[in-house]
Amino acid sequence: MKNEYSSYLSQTAKEIQPSGIRKFFDLAASMEGVISLGVGEPDFITPWNIREATILSLEQGYTSYTANPGLLELRQEICNYLYNRFDVTYNPKNQVIVTVGASQAIDLAFRAILNPGEEVLIVEPAFVAYAPLVALAGGNPVPVSTSPENGFKVTPEQLEAAITDKTKALLICSPNNPTGSMLTMDELIELAKVIEKHDLIVISDEIYAELSYDETFTSFAAIDGMYDRTILINGFSKGFAMTGWRLGYIAAPLELVEAMLKIFQYTTMCAPHMLQIGAVEALRNTYHEVEEMRKSYQRRRNYMVQTLNEIGLDCHTPGGAFYVFPSIRSTGLSSEQFAEELLMAEKVAVVPGNVFGESGEGYVRCSYATSMQQLQEALKRMQRFVESRKMVLQG
Amino acid sequence: MKLSSEEIEILKILEEDHQLSAATIASMVMSDEETVKNTIKKLEEQKIIMSYPTLINWSKVEGQANIVAMIEVKVTPKRGVGFDEVAERIARFPEVSSLYLMSGAYDLSITIEGKTMNQIASFVSEKLSTIEHVISTTTHFMLKKYKHDGVIFEGGDEKDRRMVVTP
Repeated sequence: MKNEYSSYLSQTAKEIQPSGIRKFFDLAASMEGVISLGVGEPDFITPWNIREATILSLEQGYTSYTANPGLLELRQEICNYLYNRFDVTYNPKNQVIVTVGASQAIDLAFRAILNPGEEVLIVEPAFVAYAPLVALAGGNPVPVSTSPENGFKVTPEQLEAAITDKTKALLICSPNNPTGSMLTMDELIELAKVIEKHDLIVISDEIYAELSYDETFTSFAAIDGMYDRTILINGFSKGFAMTGWRLGYIAAPLELVEAMLKIFQYTTMCAPHMLQIGAVEALRNTYHEVEEMRKSYQRRRNYMVQTLNEIGLDCHTPGGAFYVFPSIRSTGLSSEQFAEELLMAEKVAVVPGNVFGESGEGYVRCSYATSMQQLQEALKRMQRFVESRKMVLQG
Repeated sequence: MKLSSEEIEILKILEEDHQLSAATIASMVMSDEETVKNTIKKLEEQKIIMSYPTLINWSKVEGQANIVAMIEVKVTPKRGVGFDEVAERIARFPEVSSLYLMSGAYDLSITIEGKTMNQIASFVSEKLSTIEHVISTTTHFMLKKYKHDGVIFEGGDEKDRRMVVTP
């Protein structure tokens, strides 16, 4: 064997960049007493009824494979849920796949639709996995930058400007990680016109759908004309506080699901059986808890937005998810400098906005999925930091 | 009493953490500090907010553990006032920490706390049993507290296991 492993690695593996979050994680994890606003998952533990149902399933010996797309019982519950909550109708028998996290669902979608060189528009700032997943599927990720003036929502004009002959699909995540912004029904209708005109597929990441605060969430698939071109992706991680379970799902038109299922059956076979049983319980009996969690996030969001603005970090009011995305321009620092210096000086971890795409530069992502006590302390420290920066700037 | 959704929000916030300042609560419900202060005052006056107790696990503090017993009491209801008169009388004893009227095999459920077994025994035999209309009592001593007022005391170590930064 040669000493140099790089000659064994594929070109693809070499070209994929490690996530910018990873670098920052290593730094923050090495320090003690850090208050983290960098966590992209709920601070709630999975509701007990869901855990209990899963424990019982293990006691009863549900340890075998399930059907490739998942337990029919679970697919049925997913379809009921999608119909009741978002008014979209899918057939549980052949239009749903239960995946290992929503991330895998996104991966499947790209692999099923992309030919080499075809382009996927990714509305940025965006979750860090989208662009690499497009590249791994042989496609070209094309960022569509949004601006704070529109509350980080993509406009039809921005979309139109990014479309080329090679554009195959649009990936959109609303409510959004990292900005928290949520597209309203009217805004979706406007985007739909462009999508229809250019005959695109929409991959709609609706993982934060349960966490919408001011307006009712609208699924892209519920917009007129969009059902037939939407791959709806959702899961249990955020709304049901089940991140570590890695359970997501796809709902889409029949032929698209068939293609994705072919890939899924060879790569994964099925999602874990016992966890699917927990997910059935989640969809049947957790409405109250989900609603209480939503309200709790909403209160914390209100507190964060008001307080960040008070301490001099301009922050729009995000309509969903559990992130706020304040501007840090007033400090004269770049996103990375701000995050690094804040961590060093005050031991508060936030995520620099530029890791989510160029248009995130000048911003940081703060997750408020943390107790009020911690949030209060974090903001006190951030205020001290911002004031010390003012002194520096005024010289 | 019908409350506004903002008032209910404030109650839920206080129930979780009554140490938050009025200004902080105001920002959480998108109101102003003065309004929140007035609302809380009104809810206190209406006895919707009863008190702001601190839940202490005394069994962890040496020499401070209380002995707790639950007592099932059968009572002859009194014409005109039912169980209320005798219940109100029992409720006045400081040893009694809770008292409920129950459906089923007995009438009143009493939780009583004392420093020693003797203290509880003498309460039952000298005070409780001698009350007119009390027919019988059954005393159960509490051995271990697992959960109280929605808070898990034993075996509920659900600490934050999340990583510091995640996507």
